[in-house]
Amino acid sequence: MQLTNRSKNVVNKKMSFWERIYLPAVLAGMWTTIKHFFRKKNALNYPEVKRPFAPVYRGWHVLKRDAQGRENCTACGLCAVACPAEAITMEAAERKKGEENLYREEKYAAVYEINMLRCIFCGLCEEACPKEAIFLTDRIVPADYVRQNFIFGKDLLVEGVEPEKRVDVTVRQKHLTEKKAVELAS
Amino acid sequence: MPKVKIDNFEVEVPEGTTILNAARQIGGDIVPPAMCYYSTLKGSGGKCRTCLVKVTKGSEKDPRPMPKLVASCQQTVMDGMEVANITSDEVLNARRGVVEFLLINHPLDCPICDQAGECHLQDLSFEHGLESTRYEFERRTFEKIDIGPYIKLHMTRCILCYRCVMVANQLTPERVHGVLSRGDHAEISTYIEKAIDNDFSGNMIDVCPVGALTDRTFRFKSRVWFLNPMDAHRDCPTCSGKAVVWMYGNEIYRVTARKDKYGEVHDFICNTCRFEKKSINDWTIEGPRDIDRHSVISQNHYEGQALTVR
Repeated sequence: MQLTNRSKNVVNKKMSFWERIYLPAVLAGMWTTIKHFFRKKNALNYPEVKRPFAPVYRGWHVLKRDAQGRENCTACGLCAVACPAEAITMEAAERKKGEENLYREEKYAAVYEINMLRCIFCGLCEEACPKEAIFLTDRIVPADYVRQNFIFGKDLLVEGVEPEKRVDVTVRQKHLTEKKAVELAS
Repeated sequence: MPKVKIDNFEVEVPEGTTILNAARQIGGDIVPPAMCYYSTLKGSGGKCRTCLVKVTKGSEKDPRPMPKLVASCQQTVMDGMEVANITSDEVLNARRGVVEFLLINHPLDCPICDQAGECHLQDLSFEHGLESTRYEFERRTFEKIDIGPYIKLHMTRCILCYRCVMVANQLTPERVHGVLSRGDHAEISTYIEKAIDNDFSGNMIDVCPVGALTDRTFRFKSRVWFLNPMDAHRDCPTCSGKAVVWMYGNEIYRVTARKDKYGEVHDFICNTCRFEKKSINDWTIEGPRDIDRHSVISQNHYEGQALTVR
């Protein structure tokens, strides 16, 4: 029974002398291989060299601090309600006297957790945020063997106070403001 | 009975009904918004001016239109009266102005405020307000005051609707707070920071249209849209015992009275029910409360009847 027209008849043809010594076929193969030595390399040595990320890339979230090092997040819950994957949970607390240099507003997030396995990195949380507190950055969420380790708390999300530990989000911020301006104009 | 036409809808109402209540009998989006009028509090209304409407025809006997916009919560209907609310640009324009004035001294702290999500001023400014403020001067600010162990007063957020004063006047045996000073300096206060401990004082939290009076036992505990509102009742010797419990899992975060679709309470509840009965064993849960689907509180709640797929 013939199924397609593409079937080939196999013939057990006797090879000629040149075919029998295989050398031309080997050389032709080597030529293909050696050609690549002189080509431009496509791959990068990943951990040492990194490709630039597109401004639309969305990875590991950061909770920003303001210029004085106070946390921007006030635990208003808008990111959690905007989240389509229900990955964000938080608990609020009231700022006490003497903590004015830690938190910007009188309420702050005592617990703030993102389940990175649930998160689909859509970026709706940063669009919902009224305080410019949460941003998605170009950092890649590392792999792990334990599910529990993918629930990122404030220790992994809030950026450091020191200038060298700050996470630069200016490119992302610019992208978001441009996007909002386009939405408002339409 | 006088017949009145509001936005081309005709309705027959008893003598002495206000335009606002006549509009509520028709229902829908022609009902003027109200920030200070409260149907269950005597003497409320006439202060916030958000319910302004245009009377295009005074009555059958005197068909002249009224010269100015009138507050629909105070103006009673007359036979043959014709009223324009959302069909009049003049009314919508005036309402926009009123909202801007209400927001002049109101802080933009909705992310912090516990009222966010069920705030009437938020809804009102969403519908009628400007996107940004034109006010350039410093807003008036006050210190936060704890009035009693249960209630926190943020005078900065107050729009001076006088509802809480009327609750104190009409529900409790003696009033210990009121509005001091006049005009720009007016503020709700207990005068010498006297604690409010009347049995029904907690109701001023429910009648407050903004977040000026908030529940201290619920302060910053959660956001209203993370909680599941459930109708519940209990046998209470002082009040009706009919309330809404706001639950998260099996925990009761707060208890409020039942509000109708205009945000008004008909069965006021006592402080014991509101602040002290926060265990699930204290209440008989009737079922999920019906929440308007346009409200943020209905987010991620699926209490509606499930449809059968054939």
